[in-house]
Amino acid sequence: MASVTYEHVYKRFGDVVAVNDLNIHIEDKEFLVFVGPSGCGKTTSLRLLAGLEEISEGNIYIGDRLVNDVPPKDRDIAMVFQSYALYPHMSVYDNMAFGLKLRKVPKAEIDRRVHEAATILGIEHLLDRKPKQLSGGQRQRVAVGRAIVREPQVFLFDEPLSNLDAKLRVQTRAELSKLHKRLATTFIYVTHDQVEAMTMATRIAVMKDGVLQQVDTPQMLYDHPANVFVAGFIGSPSMNFFDATLVERDGKLEVNSEGFRLEVPEPKATEWRPHAGGEVIFGIRPEHIHHKEYAPPGILGVPLQATVDVIELMGNEIFLYCLTKDNRSFIARVDPRVRAQPGDEVELLVNMENAHIFDPKTEAALAG
Amino acid sequence: MRTKAETPPDAYPGPVDRRATVFGRLAISAVIVAAAFGVLLLGFQWLRAQTPTDNAQKALLSMAAILWGVGGIALIYVVLNYVVESFPPRLMRAVQPYIFVGPAMAVLAWYLALPTVRTFWISLHDRTGESFVGLANYVAVFTQRIMFEAFRNNLLWILFGASLTVVFGLAIAVLADRSRFENIAKSLIFMPMAISMVGAGVIWNFIYEVRDANSPQIGLLNAIVVALGGEPQAWTALVQPWNNLFLIAVMIWMQTGFAMVIFSAAIKGIPDELLEAARVDGANEFQVFFRIMLPYIGGTIITVLTTVVIFALKIFDVVMVMTGGQFGTHVIATQFYRQAFTNQNKGYASAIAIVLLLTVIPVMIYNLRHFSEEEAF
Repeated sequence: MASVTYEHVYKRFGDVVAVNDLNIHIEDKEFLVFVGPSGCGKTTSLRLLAGLEEISEGNIYIGDRLVNDVPPKDRDIAMVFQSYALYPHMSVYDNMAFGLKLRKVPKAEIDRRVHEAATILGIEHLLDRKPKQLSGGQRQRVAVGRAIVREPQVFLFDEPLSNLDAKLRVQTRAELSKLHKRLATTFIYVTHDQVEAMTMATRIAVMKDGVLQQVDTPQMLYDHPANVFVAGFIGSPSMNFFDATLVERDGKLEVNSEGFRLEVPEPKATEWRPHAGGEVIFGIRPEHIHHKEYAPPGILGVPLQATVDVIELMGNEIFLYCLTKDNRSFIARVDPRVRAQPGDEVELLVNMENAHIFDPKTEAALAG
Repeated sequence: MRTKAETPPDAYPGPVDRRATVFGRLAISAVIVAAAFGVLLLGFQWLRAQTPTDNAQKALLSMAAILWGVGGIALIYVVLNYVVESFPPRLMRAVQPYIFVGPAMAVLAWYLALPTVRTFWISLHDRTGESFVGLANYVAVFTQRIMFEAFRNNLLWILFGASLTVVFGLAIAVLADRSRFENIAKSLIFMPMAISMVGAGVIWNFIYEVRDANSPQIGLLNAIVVALGGEPQAWTALVQPWNNLFLIAVMIWMQTGFAMVIFSAAIKGIPDELLEAARVDGANEFQVFFRIMLPYIGGTIITVLTTVVIFALKIFDVVMVMTGGQFGTHVIATQFYRQAFTNQNKGYASAIAIVLLLTVIPVMIYNLRHFSEEEAF
């Protein structure tokens, strides 16, 4: 149970900067998820905290303790690896007890903790087995169990669900969330899957090319992405982007693109007006584009004409791959009752309340 | 009930007819195989009848002989395989493997199994092989002082030679794995493997060379000892049994490279995450080595250990070259050589050989069992 602080942390591999000036303060009992595409430095950040990589520059604190030069074994952390890294020659029990034995915890105490963790995870009947005799899901539980029995200050997870099948992944996701509440300890979790990040995290740290892009709660990240990258990374299918200009016409603000013209209603207009006259990247999520007939009431809907290109039926909704007049494609998530064929003209409503504009040069968000 | 009229005999051959076809096929097969062997035999006779006069002819003839030899083997394979493939499927599946393994088994039986049996037979006879003496030779093997010495020395070779080879090989493999100079270090350690045992014996004889205390020492070891103010020693003739250790050092020097290479490959096969998990779990580097790495490569250690133990049991060249078995350095194999070729006591020598074989066999069986369990190599 401790906070974790990264202070101007750099990690360089030769000329490659894997982690570039990372600054985060992770509160005690937080569930922080590092998320980003592969090679973004999220795993390296975790390994720096674990002590498995050396910091090139900067400081890392666990609680108030500077751990830059503390070896992994003395950092009081536990880590669940992507491959689970179970000791193949030890039984499940011994795998879980290993860390405690090294710390010379009394036998009775080891026994109590292992059985308690095994009960929590539902692996009591597997304690005598060898890792080879376990299924992928069971191994994953043992790996988590090995971390739990240590009762560490911080739990580290390095893509622990990526080797599980889709169904098990969803189930384990929920269990990890439950575990976090139950243990009330700091969890730091690395994944490339934004769904995992959104569902489990109390806060998400989005990284790209070694640079931290934004740290915030899932909802804030979704509602107020700091830049184009975060906006595109969070949410699936990802946000639609258009190059556009913001134009003031007859006292009304408009988003002008070659393929469409959208009026910006109040109160968004007041918010965006300072950027009027300039070029912007206009961003709108597929779920905020509705079919005219099935649009929910009370939205700031602005009409948009488009041609249907491809239709993906998801059962509970439809993904419409549409083309604007200048043949730019975008996706709309519409009501499953919509009947459309490829080539059809459709009338869509864009909910401007949830639209975003970004600076085309810096790609940073303009206005919330 | 069926009548003959309903089942025309042509369409449905009875069991007798089927057997006849199989026999017919086998007969044809036998003819083909015989023909193939005939061709080979004729070729052999023709080659033998040639009397080359100049080198060009000799060269041509050797080429022809090579072609005939290689082609002949291929022909036998092809013909036998063809014949077997014409068998009924079940018979074919049962016989076909032996077409390919058979020749190797035959060669092994002829050159290995048969001589073993013959050696055993000779070991039951006297020095000329004429009169049967029962187990008298074995009684001698296990009662003579000179043989006790040999057994003791072989034990020393196993205890010190095999174990130190494994320990050094493992230590160097682990340390080299963490070094920037891994390849250079490993190449240096591996190099003695390329030297023949006899060559190594000669080299080390020079290292152990001793001269009169008043003249300069040309042996490396004595030169160092004298330079440090010590007395020159006759290392390989020292008070036994410790002079054996100086011979054993040669084997360690040669075999450590072998052990190191195998261990190095095994260590590189350990997943990094496993070691990292242990470190995060609270293990220091020694604990990581002894509790994670060693158990992980346990199978490899056993494989290397048994291989080196067999090597130590069979040791001959080093002892023969360096001391010839003098000064109490005889081992089982040198005793065998002495009895067989110096004393001309074939019966006694064979008994020693059989005893050596019997000591190696359990290690070998263990090794083979381990191979099949682990599917190492």
